[in-house]
Amino acid sequence: MRMMENVGGKRSKYKFVDVDPSRCIACGICELVCSFEKNEKKSFNPLYSRIKVVRLNGTNMAIACRVCEDAPCVKACPRNALMQSEDNGVIIVNKYKCTGCGWCLMVCDFGSIVLTEEGIAATCDLCVEREKSRVFPGRRMVQQACIEWCPEEALSLVNRHELPKKTLRETIAKLAVSET
Amino acid sequence: MYSGKILEIDLTKEKKIVKALGKEYIKEYLGGLGLAIRLVNDYISPKMDPFHPDNALVVTTSPTSGLPVPGGWGCVFASRSPLTFGMGASVCFGSFAANMKRAGYDAIVIKGRSEKPVYLWVDGEDVTFEDARDLWGKSPQRTAETIKKDLADDSISVAAIGLAGELLARVACILTDQIKVSGKMGLGAVQGSKNLKAIAIRGDDSVRVAHVQEFENFCREALLMTRGSTAVKCYREDFQTEKTIVKDRVWTTIFEPAVKYRDPGIINDLLVLNNLGCLPTRNFTAGLFESAEEICRDLKRLVKKVDACSPCSIGCQHLAVLKDISIYLDYGSVWAFGPNCGIESVDAIMRAINLCNYFGMDPVSVGNAVGFVMECYEKGIMNYIDIGGLHLKFGNDKDMLELVREIGERKGLGNLLAEGVRIAAQGIGKNVETLAVHIKGLEMTGYDLRGLKTAALSFAVSFRDACYDGQGAYLFDIKGISNRFSAAKGKGKLVKDLEDIFAVMDSISTCKVFAGAYGFEELATLYSIITGAKISPRELKICGEKINDLARIFNLRAGFRGYDDNLPIKFIQNPMPEGPSKGCIITIGEMQMLLKDYYEERGWTEDGLPTKV
Repeated sequence: MRMMENVGGKRSKYKFVDVDPSRCIACGICELVCSFEKNEKKSFNPLYSRIKVVRLNGTNMAIACRVCEDAPCVKACPRNALMQSEDNGVIIVNKYKCTGCGWCLMVCDFGSIVLTEEGIAATCDLCVEREKSRVFPGRRMVQQACIEWCPEEALSLVNRHELPKKTLRETIAKLAVSET
Repeated sequence: MYSGKILEIDLTKEKKIVKALGKEYIKEYLGGLGLAIRLVNDYISPKMDPFHPDNALVVTTSPTSGLPVPGGWGCVFASRSPLTFGMGASVCFGSFAANMKRAGYDAIVIKGRSEKPVYLWVDGEDVTFEDARDLWGKSPQRTAETIKKDLADDSISVAAIGLAGELLARVACILTDQIKVSGKMGLGAVQGSKNLKAIAIRGDDSVRVAHVQEFENFCREALLMTRGSTAVKCYREDFQTEKTIVKDRVWTTIFEPAVKYRDPGIINDLLVLNNLGCLPTRNFTAGLFESAEEICRDLKRLVKKVDACSPCSIGCQHLAVLKDISIYLDYGSVWAFGPNCGIESVDAIMRAINLCNYFGMDPVSVGNAVGFVMECYEKGIMNYIDIGGLHLKFGNDKDMLELVREIGERKGLGNLLAEGVRIAAQGIGKNVETLAVHIKGLEMTGYDLRGLKTAALSFAVSFRDACYDGQGAYLFDIKGISNRFSAAKGKGKLVKDLEDIFAVMDSISTCKVFAGAYGFEELATLYSIITGAKISPRELKICGEKINDLARIFNLRAGFRGYDDNLPIKFIQNPMPEGPSKGCIITIGEMQMLLKDYYEERGWTEDGLPTKV
């Protein structure tokens, strides 16, 4: 079992796909292209998508694996089939050990871990094997299919520790505007 | 892709059969609207009583369902309309079509009548008839929430009716995705007549396309052209770099509509029409509303977030929130309870629309009927005793809301108004039929046709009658592409071409907000890429013509005649009193000119009968 170590060094630099709720229009394109990307048969099915759109009265969000500091899915697996990569924090599933029991699906707070068509647990792997590309000129080339296709630029790769700084910057910027 | 399956449901016997969908049907009718019209012709006799168990409720999905095509996922509900007694076909977007596609059906046809209230639960191949007695009487939203909770899956799509549909109100509609109005033209009552509270559907199949790489390229191109927020940014800040990337045609036909629909949204029509003096006010007695700007401004402030209903890059669904009420802003609904009733309070307008959502009624039909009663009251034809103690002057929001509630519950005068404004006017007598503003029984929506003559022709001949869904011709008048004051030749072709492409868009389907983005070229390419079946733009146009002809034929067999292609008496007899369209009127002579032009374009006889079947 993995123990929670003192954070620092590489782990604090882990990135994941995060959403800006003020931009998300819940179009679901990210969900569809993710399933297309991850599916060998190149088909569309939100069931196999590693990013999920939620539409509530007050807000819209698209959530993918957040590479938890202390991943419950890894701890939950009765067969130790899951581990967290030291390099980038993504969850790696040993498909020979995984039985498709779905225990990890249950413990994930974000519903980000799914079962593939083959019945193996899987979650966002940051599209590490994908070629960088872009749909929209004027934007940077990105590897992640969901970030590339989002028409609203609502998705981006973030590091958890950056989030408060980002929010703080935005708030201060609003104050600066009102002061001038 | 197609599943090639129709799910036939017999509610009387609680049985299901899966039938094959012929390839010829697919080629000729494409899906969505075209397929729905075809199936209505096949399953329903044009003289069928809409509330008889033998009437069918047809639901179709389309080739783009489940795919990331911007503007895709159209779903059509169709039947013989209890309001117009003709073809009742209503297009909506959202998740229902996608779940249907993934469940493996191109169409669902529901016949019969259940003994007790049920909801249909279609879980892929498994179909069950679930007891809905606890849901009977509940709002469509509450019904959908309860069903999803009971079945423990939020991804289920639910199409439900409210109390109005259960009580067979002809103004009742079906709502999908909780608050999306679908099934207009009284289809909610058809569903209610079957004791069918809701249709819940879920599908787990993956959706494929025939040509993967081309499809990816197509979606990339389409997204590039139609991003709502970027369009707004470009429009406002005049981003030169973006402008040079986008071709000129795209700029004017796509980004401009993207801007219109994204910011400030569909309700912008209130201002555009008011500026032309064609914003119907106080039951079409005037074309200018003094509080139009105020309403727009106040509603804009209440917009909490912007949604896209399907994989759409424009995002036109503005969710306005006022205390405990949330509604998606829609032009027709806001017009019906706003300018049409002389009401400026957005609180009242939103409450009225919310009541319609609660009871499951079409806001345009209800608002139009209320405005009609207001005029009767103001003219002294009806007094407060006739209206159950309500003093329905124009602008009386409190009593307006009370009347809307009565319509939903079919109480008092509401019981008669629930039949729609045409039947209500006949019931009231005293010659009030001249005050009712409808076309072939469907309540007219927010365009004063006296000053919009291309739109006038379009509404007069539309097989969906006065339904806003089928229209778009007012754009020709507003943009000055055709002279809005004149009935001269040329409008027939404009209307026909528009109807043809709209029919195809509603069949493949792509949302008509994308009308500039997708021409026959693009639609033909898209269709071929998805289905693998080659089709040329010319063949696609012929499909559009056929679909329109077939709907027309059903209507003719249902009892319509050429003289029903007409406009409300107000438009023919009362000139506009003031404003930029002052004095405007449509004479009978002009109507005949416009119709002749259109019939010729369609290749129909002088009486408006299609010659080829």
